[in-house]
This record gives sequence, structure tokens and C-alpha cells, in this order.
Amino acid sequence: MSPLPLTSLILSWGLALAAVLLVLAMTLCAWRMLRGPRAQDRVLALDALYVNGLLLILVLGMRQGSGLAFEAALIIGLVGFTATVALAKFLMQGEVIR
Amino acid sequence: MSADLPVWAACLVVGLALAGAAVSFVGALGLVRLSHFYERVHAPSLCATLGLFLVVAASSLFFSVAEGRVVLRDGLIALFVIVTTPVTLLLLGRAAAYRDRAEGHPGAPPEP
Amino acid sequence: MRRLARLLPHPLLSFGLALMWLLLNAPVTPGTGLLALAVGLLVPLSLRALRPEPLRVRAPRALLVLAGRVAADVVQSNIAVGRVILGLRPGERRSGFVHVPLAITSRAGLTALAIILTSAPGTLWVQHDPRTGRLLLHVLDLDEADWPARIKARYEGLLLEIFP
Repeated sequence: MSPLPLTSLILSWGLALAAVLLVLAMTLCAWRMLRGPRAQDRVLALDALYVNGLLLILVLGMRQGSGLAFEAALIIGLVGFTATVALAKFLMQGEVIR
Repeated sequence: MSADLPVWAACLVVGLALAGAAVSFVGALGLVRLSHFYERVHAPSLCATLGLFLVVAASSLFFSVAEGRVVLRDGLIALFVIVTTPVTLLLLGRAAAYRDRAEGHPGAPPEP
Repeated sequence: MRRLARLLPHPLLSFGLALMWLLLNAPVTPGTGLLALAVGLLVPLSLRALRPEPLRVRAPRALLVLAGRVAADVVQSNIAVGRVILGLRPGERRSGFVHVPLAITSRAGLTALAIILTSAPGTLWVQHDPRTGRLLLHVLDLDEADWPARIKARYEGLLLEIFP
């Protein structure tokens, strides 16, 4: 038991609400990604999806009081950026490495 | 829940995180509500600027108070995403303009 | 002095890398401090293969003013775009492309402007023609401001001062 039940109550409920908002945001991005209509819309939605996922991991890391979330968020940022750049180049040229 | 924060810090952390999540949600909503690609391209910037900044501020504050020292490493995530998001949006914008012009799409941008 | 320049070809980059290493490994111990020093000294050497253009930043005060202005504008345009998305903006909204004639010619200055305009919601850098210096910009809300005048007034002068 935490010595201050009020704080842990505020933190767990408030951060859970923030996490729900972010999951809803990810759902909207996923809808746009599946819906399209054009390839650039899908790539744009994927970009927004991973940024929201990164934020969700930061919020969950705070909720669990774990510093490990930082590494996960950093890796998502790195991989997401590389993926979006590769996809954008693919849309432009039809190949990733020229 | 490992950390025991004072009540003011918990309220501030929750406030910042909720504000960031709300801004981010509005950005994602824009992806759905706006009508075509060049309008939608403005929406995810909300997640990657103000939404990200607020959530990172919440996280920095949380770990700084919980560990009793200044923790700035979350700022690295903010810095990284703020530097990279314009690059992806620029590339996507150029790719979309190129594709629209090549296909003779009616919404294609004019020549510079 | 020349020896120092050879040891530290990119002092800003070295400083940034060492600082990043220390932030990742906070709290600082003598060991991580030594490693940060090594990272700051050795990693920039690997950049030699890329032969980066020497970048000189002048007018640090203008840089600070620019940073403050960008931060304020990003927050303001976040609010403006949020209102548009939520349907709170009264009246008809038009979005479209805008031409902006630019006086900036340096690559660093153009890069900085591209990053500023793209990361602020509401404006997207589409294309720049280096021969005519004209920039094609997409704007979410055409009636919010006189965009070409606003960009020239708020950013161009400072960027010309920083990257001559």
C-alpha cells in the first residue's frame, strides 16, 4: 500500500483516462490507415499512429512508475521515423534505395 | 504503484498528461474529419508538437519528483520527434505532390 | 589552436553528443563522464566521410528570439488547427496553396525555415524552386492571416541574420 492513497488514486485514474484517450486516438489513426483512400493517406495515418503509441507508452510508464518505458518509447520513435521515411521514398520513386 | 508523490505533483502530472492526450486525440480526429490529403497532413502535427510536449513534461515531472533529482532524459524523445516529424511530413508532402501531378489529379498543387 | 581544431572539427556536435550521453546515463558517475568525453571526441570523426559543409551560426541572440517566436507560433497554431478540427471556427474556411517569394538562399536557412513551417500545424512546405526563390506552401486556413507577409515578417529577417 502506498502511504498516500489519495495520490495513487489520482495518478492511476487520471493516467488511465489519458491512456484511454490515446487508445481512441490510435483507433482513429488505424481507421484512416485502413480506409485510405490513397497511399499517402495511409502512410500519414501510420506516422500519427506510432506517435500516439509512443505517447501511450510514456503514459503507461508513468502509471507503473517504471523508467523502462523510456527505452521502449525511444525505440518506437526511431523505428517509426525510419519506416515512414522509407515508405515516403517508396511512394515517390517506387523503390527505397536508388 | 511504486512512487509516492505529494498531492500537488500528482495533480499537475495528471493535468499535463490529460491535456497532452486530449490534444493528441484532437489531432487524430483531424485525420478522420478533414476532407482530403493536403488538409489531413496538418492534423498529426498536433500529436507531435503540443501533445508530445505536454506528455513529456508530465513524464519528466513525475520521474523528477519520484526520484528526487532532475530527470531530463525524456526531453531527448521530445527533441528527437520534433526534429524528425517535419522530415517525414516534408517527404510525404513532396511524394503526394509528385503523385498527384503525375496522375493529373484535380487537387494537385500548382507548379512553384 | 589548429591542433584543437583538428581534434574537435565539430565542437557543437561533440558537445551535443556528450550531453546526450550524460542525459541517457544520469546520474553522472566518473565512468559515464569519461565515456561521454570519448563519445564526444570520437563520434564526430566518423562524420569526416560525409564531408559536411561547415556550418557557422551567427547572432546567438537572434537564434534565441527565433526559438521563442517559433514556440509561441507552434502553440498558437495548435490551438487554431484544433478549433478547425473540432468545428469551432466560425464562418467558411478555405484551404489551399500559397506562393511565398523568399530572399533566403543559404541551404541551412532554407532547411531551418522548412522545419519551422512544417512542424507548425496549419502550414506545410511543399516545394521550393531555387532558381526563382519561390516557395509553394499549403495552408489549412487561408483567411487566418496574410501568410506570405507573416512568414517574411516573423522568420525571414531573423534567419537571414543567423545564416548569412
